[in-house]
Amino acid sequence: MSERLPVRKTYKLFIGGSFPRSESGRTYEAEGQNVARASRKDVRDAVRAARGAQPKWAGATAYNRGQVLYRIAEMIEARVAEFAELCSGRDEVERSIDRIVWYAGWADKLPQVLGGSNPVAGPYFNFTVPEPTGVVAVLAPHDPPLLGLVTRVLPPLVGGNAVVAVASEDRPLAAIELAEGLATSDVPGGVVNLLTGQHAELAPVLASHMDVNAIDIGGANGDASELERLAADNVKRVVHGRADVQSPWEIASFLELKTVWHPMGQ
Amino acid sequence: MAQAPALPAGFELPLEARLPRIGAVDAVALEERAASLAKRSIKREAKVLALLLAIRTTDLTTLEGSDTPGKAAAIASKALRPDPSDPSLPSCAAVCVYPNLVPAVRERVAGTSVKVAAVATGFPSGQYPTAVKVADVRATVELGADEIDMVIDRGAFLSGRYAKVYDEIVQVKEACGDAHLKVILETGELGTYDNVRRATLLSIAAGADFVKTSTGKIAPAATLPVALCMLEAIRDVYEETGRRVGFKAAGGIRQAKQAIQHLVLVHETLGSEWLTPQLYRLGASSLLNDILMQLRKERTGAYQSGDYFTLD
Repeated sequence: MSERLPVRKTYKLFIGGSFPRSESGRTYEAEGQNVARASRKDVRDAVRAARGAQPKWAGATAYNRGQVLYRIAEMIEARVAEFAELCSGRDEVERSIDRIVWYAGWADKLPQVLGGSNPVAGPYFNFTVPEPTGVVAVLAPHDPPLLGLVTRVLPPLVGGNAVVAVASEDRPLAAIELAEGLATSDVPGGVVNLLTGQHAELAPVLASHMDVNAIDIGGANGDASELERLAADNVKRVVHGRADVQSPWEIASFLELKTVWHPMGQ
Repeated sequence: MAQAPALPAGFELPLEARLPRIGAVDAVALEERAASLAKRSIKREAKVLALLLAIRTTDLTTLEGSDTPGKAAAIASKALRPDPSDPSLPSCAAVCVYPNLVPAVRERVAGTSVKVAAVATGFPSGQYPTAVKVADVRATVELGADEIDMVIDRGAFLSGRYAKVYDEIVQVKEACGDAHLKVILETGELGTYDNVRRATLLSIAAGADFVKTSTGKIAPAATLPVALCMLEAIRDVYEETGRRVGFKAAGGIRQAKQAIQHLVLVHETLGSEWLTPQLYRLGASSLLNDILMQLRKERTGAYQSGDYFTLD
């Protein structure tokens, strides 16, 4: 009997819940593999998918969002060994899982902590309610490949935003592995979109995209001032995300605070 | 080419002798040709020109039960000046509304190049007595419509009563007077390409100025093969008789890319002569915003958001 030929994996993008190749057909070499090199049209498609998916994700109950995020952690937990090979090791995977669980717990606590009822001088109730800002672009830090991505994607996600993230340019495989976890963990298609490719090429497209409401340029190469200038066109929120941080204020960076007045009835 | 049986038994279509034979449609070839034309690569400069042409040929449409004179007026303003931030853009060809909203549109577009089109004859079903349909058309023309979009009686067509369909078009055409008549076939309900071709030729024989694919109320609507089928019938009539009949693709065209594909189809089938608002129209509502977004993207280099364009 001839020797079995193992099935080799084609590393693709994650857009709208499916795994397409780059529309450009291009690839680049990273970690010894050919990885899809996303083009500006892939960015366009990913933002369109995110915009389509965002209202339903934001409209899901906080409890439900928390459950879905918790399930991402479950999915990774079952594949720790595989993830460990694609990043710095088991420790990074476990910290990523813990971070996902930590943020999942925040889903139903945000309104109480970040919002509130405000004292006003008049016969009114006055509430502050946090709302997602919309579509958030994330340039993931180059290192650590998995924990950095999880750290930057979870805060906008738990707040009800849809995310278009560009994975670490040099070490994108962990991101693709994570995409497979996302696809099997009830995260609705389009809520998280992961692109692999060159940050220098994709970042300006995301920063200038009028349908992106906030951009995290923590993983941008070199000078970020040009990206900030492009982001100013539609007054995007610009966040300089750090690769290893865990705080409810990270979530608040991607929320809008809406103030509501309501008359006190008799 | 094999000659298909020209007319089925009992076919009572009162066609003039000089009209081209009806024939049968090769569905596989038709779909293949439409698909191959849709794959044309349109480069940037040509794309911008095509988008501008698409705006010039658009019948900006709103056909909802909830339409108000205010909404009709808003649509009319948008047809006049599609993008207030770019006055260099052309106006749309027409505004297409229900008859009751014709005066509101008329008031807004009076004295401009934008025409007022209205649907009539018991739109969208067409399942009304002929007298009612004719009265509908007369009333709509009196209200000030320049163009009438009528629907054929698909029930009669599908049960083989072609003469009824034909007679109705003739009577409606007469009731239109100076108004242009567009005949909606509602191809999604006709079932086969053979029927589409037959209905196209029947409408043309009965005096249609334009033939139009669909009402926009059911899917599938203006698919590329259906459009190609109708365009080929128009071409055959032109080659045989020299008469130029217009074509309007309507229903389901929401993206600029689709509009360009339709324009390619017309250009390849009938030639650039047909690419004017006099002989070609795109019936659409949300399409216009997508075109405006594409044009602004070409101008600024940044992908656009629907947040910065009017909803209607």
